[in-house]
Amino acid sequence: MSDILTIAMPKGRIFEEAAELLREAGYQLPQEFDDSRKLIIDVEEENFRFILAKPMDVPTYVEHGVADLGIAGKDVMLEEERDVYELLDLKISACYLAVAGLPNTKLNEIAPRIATKYPNVAAAYFREQGSQVEIIKLNGSIEIAPIIGLTDRIVDIVSTGKTLVENGLVEYEKIVDITSRLIVNPVSYRMKDKRISDLVDRVNVVVRAVQK
Amino acid sequence: MSSLFMFEKPLGMRDSLPEIYETKYIVKQKMDKEIKQWGYQFIETPTLEYYETVGAASAILDQQLFKLLDQQGHTLVLRPDMTAPIARLAASKLLNEDLPLRLAYNASVFRAQQREGGRPAEFEQIGVEYIGDKTVSADGEGIALMISLLEKAGVQKYQLSVGHIGFVQAFFEQILGTKERADALTKYLYEKNYVGYRQHVDNLSLSSIDKQRLHDFLKLRGGEEIIPLAYKLIENGSGTQAIDDLQQLWDILLDYGVENQVRFDLTLVSHMSYYTGILYEAYAEGVGFPIGSGGRYDLLLAKFGKNTGATGFAIRIDHLLEALGSLARKSDIHCILFSGDRRKEAFELAKQKRADGFKVITQDINGVGNVDACTKQYDEITLLVGKAGMEVVK
Repeated sequence: MSDILTIAMPKGRIFEEAAELLREAGYQLPQEFDDSRKLIIDVEEENFRFILAKPMDVPTYVEHGVADLGIAGKDVMLEEERDVYELLDLKISACYLAVAGLPNTKLNEIAPRIATKYPNVAAAYFREQGSQVEIIKLNGSIEIAPIIGLTDRIVDIVSTGKTLVENGLVEYEKIVDITSRLIVNPVSYRMKDKRISDLVDRVNVVVRAVQK
Repeated sequence: MSSLFMFEKPLGMRDSLPEIYETKYIVKQKMDKEIKQWGYQFIETPTLEYYETVGAASAILDQQLFKLLDQQGHTLVLRPDMTAPIARLAASKLLNEDLPLRLAYNASVFRAQQREGGRPAEFEQIGVEYIGDKTVSADGEGIALMISLLEKAGVQKYQLSVGHIGFVQAFFEQILGTKERADALTKYLYEKNYVGYRQHVDNLSLSSIDKQRLHDFLKLRGGEEIIPLAYKLIENGSGTQAIDDLQQLWDILLDYGVENQVRFDLTLVSHMSYYTGILYEAYAEGVGFPIGSGGRYDLLLAKFGKNTGATGFAIRIDHLLEALGSLARKSDIHCILFSGDRRKEAFELAKQKRADGFKVITQDINGVGNVDACTKQYDEITLLVGKAGMEVVK
């Protein structure tokens, strides 16, 4: 019973790639896995329990130890700064964080405002650039902010750049490359060392093979 | 700001209701007894300390300190840990002769946090400090005592991970040349970011052999078998002394007979600058956070003017209770309900029962509105009401 590994998986964009990766690593995941609406899925053959979570919440579950492992984007890791082990770069769901805005515009000098889903990352980035900005946190459709005049710039994820183009925005600066990471609770990393190391090794083999 | 409701407490503060209090009390008593049997002496220090001295010397981050001003305008802190106050006390009062000191404490410490629930801002620690002894035997005693306490407390499944910050520093400096570059790499371990560590190593201008050594370092986790691997990685230099320490520690743990509970993890970096040698953390099944941590901090006493070594650990009572799971049974109190004319008889009976070791309350029956509810609350009810006779209900 204590051998069960609980894995927090991000719903949405990353999920399919992450599930594929586990399958390639030789784990038998049922087909219903991909289109289920359940939030918790037990896979008895592998002694796994999956928690399907909002991507932003994955590191929270792992830090508190209700999930032993998780798959989380580096963007989320940077924003949340949770006390968890970041063991593997899975090299999936590659994208990057960038500063964008309407073409030929400048940051307002008196009250430079940034809209973002990542207030900590955005504030830290501009601080390093030597400017203090005002952050406005939005929960989605960040691209709207400059168009309707809420802020001069946004900080958001860019994968293909299509969304920016379609909304008439241009990218100004790239902040950091993002891929998904395998993260582990520090206690689980010790108490379930064998199973976790085995999983890490198997997944690592797949990741390396894909790279080549 | 909206006005506060009566039931609200400051963020991160918790109450202990009778059952939790009782559970805590029982566990603390068991550990307290064991600590005393190892010859450690308990002390108390003030809740408030000066920010400039104890606050600054503490291992806890500045933003986590609760600060306030005294009437002279000095900044005070609510003690964020017990190690710094004990170092102050030991350096100024106790460390007069050239003799090791063994001190213990059980106290609340205060760490502000704004993040979310599940992280109390005030919590109790039980721990020891072993001051004035730089031998590995002192480190070994700390680890063995911590294990003994977890056993006495009744923790079922637990494990200690042991690292050595001296090895990490010497090994990194040997390869990277400067302390700054070594610290930059150590920070990735502190942040538990292995991915960042590997990327950082790959981007360094080093020979492929040295890069491989740094990558292999991450594998130094396990039992005694990692010691030869560590020797091989470090090759020579001051880091070998650290591995000698670990080998000696392992032998000491074997002599204590506690080696099964201990694993080495040389990647363990629980603080950027506080610890100086062997350090360790304790984990228990079912709790997401370490239940205890400790290590050698040879530089702290110097901040209070004494140049001597020290090691110690603290166990967090809140995490420990989580590991134990079940709460103590509601306490077994007997109740004697009396009417006025039989008061003396009730008091005498109570006295006798208390002498026999029972917990007894005497209750004037006129003071109880709901007698049924009252009888349900206690293990045994004795009615001394009316003319004569004694009725024992339940």
